[in-house]
Order: sequence, then C-alpha cells, then structure tokens
Amino acid sequence: MSISIDQSKCIGCGKCHDVCPGTLIKINENKKAFIKYPKDCWGCTSCIKECPVHAISFFLGEDIGGKGSKVHTEKVNGLVRWIVEFPDGSVKTIDIDPKESNKY
Amino acid sequence: MKIERLKTDLLIIGGGTAGCYAAITAAQNASQETVGLKILIVEKANVKRSGCLAAGVNALNAYITEGRTPKDYVEYAKKDADGIVREDLLYTISEKFNDVTAHLEKLGLVILKDKNGKYVTRGNRNIKINGENIKPILADAVKKLPNVTVLNHVNIFDFSVHNNKIDGAFGFGIENDTFYAIEARAVIIATGGAAGLYRPNNPGFSRHKMWYPPFNTGAGYAMGIRHGAEMTTFEMRFIALRCKDTIAPTGTLAQGVGAKQVNALGDVYETKYGISTSERVYGTVVENLEGRGPCYLRTVGITPAQEESLLKAYLNMAPSQTIRWLENETPSKANVEIEGTEPYIVGGHTASGYWVDTKRATTIQGLFAAGDVAGGAPQKYVTGALAEGEIAAKSAAEYIESLSALRQAQGPDVQFKVAEPAEATIKEEEIANHVAEIEKFLSNEKGPQTTENLEEAMQTVMDSYAGGIKTSYRYSENQLNQAKKEIEIIEKLTDNLNATDLQEVMYIYELKERLTVCKSVIAHLAARHETRWHSFAENLDYPEKDDINFRKYVNSRLENGEIKIILRELTAEGQRNYEHQH
Ligand SMILES: Cc1cc2nc3c(=O)[nH]c(=O)nc-3n(C[C@H](O)[C@H](O)[C@H](O)COP(=O)(O)OP(=O)(O)OC[C@H]3O[C@@H](n4cnc5c(N)ncnc54)[C@H](O)[C@@H]3O)c2cc1C
Ligand code: SF4
Ligand code: SF4
Repeated sequence: MSISIDQSKCIGCGKCHDVCPGTLIKINENKKAFIKYPKDCWGCTSCIKECPVHAISFFLGEDIGGKGSKVHTEKVNGLVRWIVEFPDGSVKTIDIDPKESNKY
Repeated sequence: MKIERLKTDLLIIGGGTAGCYAAITAAQNASQETVGLKILIVEKANVKRSGCLAAGVNALNAYITEGRTPKDYVEYAKKDADGIVREDLLYTISEKFNDVTAHLEKLGLVILKDKNGKYVTRGNRNIKINGENIKPILADAVKKLPNVTVLNHVNIFDFSVHNNKIDGAFGFGIENDTFYAIEARAVIIATGGAAGLYRPNNPGFSRHKMWYPPFNTGAGYAMGIRHGAEMTTFEMRFIALRCKDTIAPTGTLAQGVGAKQVNALGDVYETKYGISTSERVYGTVVENLEGRGPCYLRTVGITPAQEESLLKAYLNMAPSQTIRWLENETPSKANVEIEGTEPYIVGGHTASGYWVDTKRATTIQGLFAAGDVAGGAPQKYVTGALAEGEIAAKSAAEYIESLSALRQAQGPDVQFKVAEPAEATIKEEEIANHVAEIEKFLSNEKGPQTTENLEEAMQTVMDSYAGGIKTSYRYSENQLNQAKKEIEIIEKLTDNLNATDLQEVMYIYELKERLTVCKSVIAHLAARHETRWHSFAENLDYPEKDDINFRKYVNSRLENGEIKIILRELTAEGQRNYEHQH
C-alpha cells in the first residue's frame, strides 16, 4: 500500500513530512508535499490523519489486491469518517465513534 | 557537511516506546546528585509518530489482570518459548506492567472501562485501549520535560567505544547536512528490532507492507555486534500469522466473531498442532505443505451486523484490510486467507537481542538496552518496553552517579558534578574517519550496484538459504553455509555504493546493519542443533528437540572478526537477579 497527495489541496504545512516514520515525504520548491519513496511506505496512515486539508489518501497496490480505490479520513462532529472513492466514481463513507472504536 | 559536537549526560538512541519512557523516567526520578541530568534523545524519524507505535495499537498485550500475578505471566512467557527465557528479566517487567499502564493513563491514554470502572480485558493478559494516539501522548510527555532535548531526523550509525566502555555515538541529520559527534556518560540503546532481513510476502510495489516497521533496521543490534557486545537467542525468529497481503492482525476475527482457523477442506486444524505462538504458524505451514492449503479464518455466514462491526474495527487498526474487503469480497461472503510473514528479529516478541543483566546493562560498560533491542524477555510488548525503558533509565542514572563518585574520590582537581558535560572523549581523528566514510558514499561513482538491488539480493539469500518463506521457514546446515558465503559477498559490494544525499547514505547504512544482523542470525541458527520452536527455528538436520544439550541460551560475540558462539546455562527457576561475570 502507499499514499498519494493531491497537490491542488496541499497547503504546504509540512505536518505529513514531520510525522512519517520513514521520512518518505518531502516538500518541493512550490511548497507542495510529495512522496519521494512511494514503494517504501509502511501504510501506517500517520500522514493521512495529520493532514489538515485531507489532501492525502491511501490505496492498495495491485500486488496485494488493490483495485484502484482511494481512501482518506476526516473528523466530522467528533466522529472519524472514512471515505472510500471507488474507481467507478461511487463513494462509501463509514463513520466511527472513537469512543466506541474498540468494542469489536 | 557541517560538523557538530554535542555533549550530554545520558544519550538515548531511538525515541520510540522504550526510549521516550526512559527519558520520562530519567527526568522525573532524578536523585539529588542527578538533578539537572542532561538527557538527549536522538531519533531517525520524529518522536511524534516513530517506530512500532506509529499507527497506534488497540490493546496492551501484557497486563496483570485481576486474580493473576506476575508469576503467572512469567510462566506463560516461559512456556511459550519452551524454557529459553530469562526469568529475572521477565519478573522485573511483569512487576511493572500495571504501574506503567497507570502512568500512561495519567498521561492521557484512554483505557476502556466497564460499568464498574474496571479495565476491559481481552483474555487473561490483555486490556483494551483507544490507542491510536499512544505515540503522540508519549512524545508530548517528553516535550514537556525541561532537561530533555530531542534531535529528530538524525540517524545514529556507530557507537563511540573505548576499552569496552561507551562514551558516545556518531550520527548524521538526514535532512540538514550535518554530522553529529555526541559525547555522553551513559547511553541507552532503544532502536527496536530488525525488519527487512528476509524477502517479504510481496516483494514488489508493496514490499514495505510488512508487520514490523521497515524503518527499524536493526541498527542497535548491528552497532553492538560490531563493538563486541554479547547477544542472545538470535535464532528465535518471530513470524506473525496474519491476514494475507494486508498483514492485518487476525485476533479480532478470531475473538470478535469467533472465526476458526480452517484449511481448504473446511477442517478446523488449529487444535492439531498446539497453541504456542510458533505452533500456530507451524500448523498453517504444514497444512499448506501437505496440500490442504490455502488456510483461512472462517468468516462466511457471519451476520450483517457482525460484518459491519468488522469493517469498522479494521478501519480503526488496519484500514487496508477493510479496503481489501470492500474492493474484493466482504468477510461474510469469503473466508479470510491467512499466511505467515517473513521472519523478523524482535526482542519484544521473542527473546533475541542484547544479553543484559537484570539492570539492563549490556556487556559494554555504560550501555543499557531496552525494548525490542534487548533480549531474554519475550512477550514484552508495549508495557514491557516501557518497563525496560524505566529500568534502563534508573540504572543509567545510577551508573552516572557512580562515575562522578569515582571522580570525586580521585581528588579535587578532577572533581566535577553530574550537570557538567563529559570530558572530550571523541577524538578529532575519529570524527574525520566517520565523515570520510560518509563522503566516500556521496562521491563514489554510480556503479552497477544500487542499495535497493543489494537489499533485494540479501533478502533473496536469506529467503532461500536461511529459512525464509520460500522453504517454509526450514533450513539445513549446508544451506546456512551457503547463506553465510553469499551474505559476505554482498557485504563487500556495499562499500562501492553511491548516494546522492544523506537519506540515501542512511539507506546504505541500513543495508549494512541488516547484513551484520543476518550474519548473526545465520550463526545462531547453525548453533542450535535441535528444533525447539517449529517454524521460528526449524532445523532440518536436527528435527527433534534436545533438552539434554540445548536447554541453554545460545549467545554470541564478535571476536577478531569471527562470530564466537557461547552456550550459557539457563537462569534458575524463580531467579530474580543476574549479573554479568566480568
Ligand atoms: C504493527 C505492530 C503492532 C503492535 N501491536 C501491539 C499491541 O496491540 N499491543 C502491544 O502491547 N504491543 C504491540 N506491539 C508491540 C510493541 O509495539 C513493541 O514491542 C514496542 O512498541 C517496542 O518498543 P521499542 O521502543 O523497542 O521500539 P520502537 O517503539 O519501534 O522504537 C524504536 C525507535 O528507534 C528509532 N530508530 C531506529 N533506528 C535508529 C537509528 N539508527 N538512529 C536513531 N533512531 C533509530 C525508530 O525510528 C523508533 O522510533 C506491536 C508491534 C507492531 C510492530
Ligand atoms: S502512510 Fe505512514 S509510512 Fe506511508 S507515507 Fe504516510 S506516514 Fe509515511
Ligand atoms: S499535511 Fe497536507 S497540507 Fe500539510 S504539507 Fe502535507 S499534504 Fe500538504
């Protein structure tokens, strides 16, 4: 799995760069974040959770069953909302109450 | 490259679970003499989200639940490792599990409670937490300590050791073009275990979708090995049984919806092979070898409500599994395939690592080890890493005090207080040598070999000849000999590698670290002439357990460039203290 960064949304705050446990994300001359080593991503989602403008999403590589969907997460009214965009344009959202997140 | 000299009292290498907690302990438990103890954490990433806890965890796997005792935990870990553990180490962490948990809760960790205010347990030894932010909580606590400095994005690649006594370390900033020579009076090594030694399940685009953090490359092991530290039990590798491809944990499926482990024929096989950690992996391996694979967790037929809860549970802890379900078939329609990962060396799950005494002192004077880098105490997990961080910090502070007491006894002219920086121990020449080595990589011509290709070559060798996935984790002496030969050839090629910046230089050092660890793993696998743990160390020349000759620790030490194996007697039943014999 790896991540992709939507540079049109990125505001260049550098938070994703700071938290990546592999220091894989860099900021370019135009103050936009990009992942320099996409194959080295561990898939920890730290950068996705940190991005204030939801510019980062993750996807599964084809070698582990990926079919082209993109996933990101947002905080909505205290809930963690996961948004899955499928390649056919359809979208699925799943809301998780952080307080309830570990009851399963 | 800028060159910076730093001085500190206590240097902590690796700001992960154990490293952060060591800093918190050392800063808060300062005695009169060590008030003002200067502490420096050096972390290759950023302490906010580095190491094992980057993604968060949803349970504390090691806790003494009501009605249980630390002794029960020791017995459990000992049984799971079939005897090859250090009881003194297990006791000293087990007795602290609950205290460090209470401290984490005070720092802000949410631990689930039932109606009566009691922690919600999962089984006999686990408690459930909302631990997505466990690492930021630790990092925040460190940030508040006035006498602790954190250097983020600095990779440590060598110790400074003179006459078997550590006095600092060498590192470089991967983004600020700076070389660091750090002098310290005591050092705690807390760099975690080693991933990436073996070819992973999916070596292509998703090569880093592994269980253990691919950024923990065994630096702590390698630096210690090269400076002659004694190491233990590297042959007890850890292999995780996981959801195929996503490497997501299986426990939630098994415990949450009662999914049984079944083979392709639909037969439940999990009870056939035993329930120890290694036997669970082995059972799946044998079912596959004997033609009854693939193996699954049986989820077909779960209710829509159960499926919904699973989708959420995995989004919360391993989101790639949920996406895999949504992109393919959901668990009510298709069973979830399981597989073993490639082997890792990790002292928090099995017993590989530094050979330490009860105080977590290594055999290098002034160097203490904590967490996954320290050996002898498997099933350590988060709370064990915290406990060892605490123990190592107290021991290091004590050691620093003893150094100043010694100085004071030697007369007034050399007297100095702990708060004063250490005397210069690192020579200019030593700095120049290290800098020259780095600059060589930056100036080497781009040759036919790349770091990436050599890493793959190393993983392929380990996979084929040192019991990787390819051979279903089995190996023979002849294969290990071949592995040794080929790893040594690859090692020679690393000197010609080229790097364009310090991050790439770090990748070269990571490769060198892994190669050093590989050689020790091979030597240890070859030395244990028995099969005590299926899959973890499956020796085809000695397929049986040999209690007469191998109820022993297999230890090793590098002497004149050769790995010397030392077989040591097990600590006695209930033994609470172990000291190094110097
Ligand atoms: C995916 C995963 C899930 C887990 N889930 C659970 C769970 O649910 N419950 C539980 O109790 N336990 C769990 N564990 C185990 C537990 O997290 C670990 O045992 C524990 O966190 C290890 O702590 P550590 O300090 O030894 O290593 P880490 O926390 O990994 O710290 C090592 C640090 O050293 C840094 N470092 C490495 N090399 C260098 C270098 N050369 N220079 C400078 N810095 C360096 C790393 O970046 C890292 O920050 C899990 C482990 C993993 C990998
Ligand atoms: S998911 Fe984790 S490893 Fe991958 S880029 Fe983001 S922070 Fe880095
Ligand atoms: S966190 Fe988001 S906004 Fe900030 S630099 Fe990264 S991608 Fe851009």
